[in-house]
Amino acid sequence: MSVWEYANPKKFMDTTGPLMPWVAGLAAVVTGVGLIWGYFFTPDDFRQGSTVKILFLHVPSAMMAINIWIMMLVASLVWLIRRHHVSALAARAAAPIGLAMTAVALFTGAVWGQPMWGTWWVWDPRLTSFLVLFLFYLGYIALWQAIDDPDTAADLTAVLCLVGSIFALLSRYAVFFWSQGLHQGPSLSLQAGERMDMTYKLPLYVSMAGFVLIFVALVLAGTRTEIRARRIKALEARERMG
Amino acid sequence: MLALFLRDLRLAVRAGGGFGLGLAFFLLLVVLVPLGVGPEGAVLAMIAPGILWVGALLACLLSLDRIFALDYEDGSLDLLATAPIPMEGVVTVKALAHWVTTGLPLTLIAPLLGVLLSLPAPAYGWLVLSLALGTPALSVIGTFGAALTVGLRRGGLLLSLLVLPLYVPTLVFGAELVRRGAEGLAVGTPLALLAGITLGAFALLPFASAAAIRINLR
Repeated sequence: MSVWEYANPKKFMDTTGPLMPWVAGLAAVVTGVGLIWGYFFTPDDFRQGSTVKILFLHVPSAMMAINIWIMMLVASLVWLIRRHHVSALAARAAAPIGLAMTAVALFTGAVWGQPMWGTWWVWDPRLTSFLVLFLFYLGYIALWQAIDDPDTAADLTAVLCLVGSIFALLSRYAVFFWSQGLHQGPSLSLQAGERMDMTYKLPLYVSMAGFVLIFVALVLAGTRTEIRARRIKALEARERMG
Repeated sequence: MLALFLRDLRLAVRAGGGFGLGLAFFLLLVVLVPLGVGPEGAVLAMIAPGILWVGALLACLLSLDRIFALDYEDGSLDLLATAPIPMEGVVTVKALAHWVTTGLPLTLIAPLLGVLLSLPAPAYGWLVLSLALGTPALSVIGTFGAALTVGLRRGGLLLSLLVLPLYVPTLVFGAELVRRGAEGLAVGTPLALLAGITLGAFALLPFASAAAIRINLR
């Protein structure tokens, strides 16, 4: 029994099919609990008032925006090294979700920034690097859609993902060098500093887990759709031949 | 490899190669900015380093799709792929030829255009140095983008979408170097980082570009 067995599309479909409703249901429940707990059962912050509660949407989406790119990088490497089609299709399915997560993080950040910083947008390093990440997602998706041959598309997007990861990392440090920001430092890191209270941390962790589950459910659904689309194409091709 | 380099240079300089196009575009952009922003010298001097860098970057972008497109259409790229020199060497030479025909002229003309934007006097040396160091990175990154989109019929717009995010670090360090130079601050850090990006790009990206070409020629 090894994880590579799931690289077989048939095995993947058979395993994820019955799993799908459970993952999706769990994602809905956990995210619902996290967000409702966060929005209605936490006190207002003594400085930020109720605006602080947007963090239950902002932090998980920002976390996922970065982690989805890392997942795409891993999937691309698996595709390049071991040539498993499911892996390439999973990377393809993940990209639009990452794009959406980046957009949510940028949007909620803007909504929070308006009353707190007095501006919708500043060229802060964190904000800028997220905007750059958004552009990387756009380019990746555009390249997938531009190429007709599925294997060529998978190969080229995988190469782009590898190179893009290096440049995304470089851009992040470049923009930190370029301007000092308004955005606060990490609130969940292990280093000492201004800590977040447990009353906020617990629902935040629940929301984060919920967002991870949403992502897993969506990626599985997207990958299954891609596999089915491939099968339809293969069937059509066989029909034309015969 | 030298023969390929000279061939690319000749093709770029001769009619239809678009050699002057990038330079003309750069000039136009620098003329258009004061028309849009207003003629005040103080404002222009403040934004001049950024405008010159963004202009050079966009001018570089214009000629990127020519790096492989013509060779792909007439089949010489297939010949190059079967030639005894490795594909990595081919893409490096192509990137160098692109730099000599775009980045180098842009670097040489930039101080002249700096006068139009009333760039502060101490910045000229840094402007030339930053462009001389940074534009090779633009060429080699652009070659990677061109290699990715070589098989596509309408790859031009996609090419800009792919390449522009990759240009972010180069642009940040290049423009920062000129800005610090203009204000007389220490320039060591952006200078080292810009040089690092160029060298790193030249060391690593040809492998990615060559892989992309091989995939596209399959």
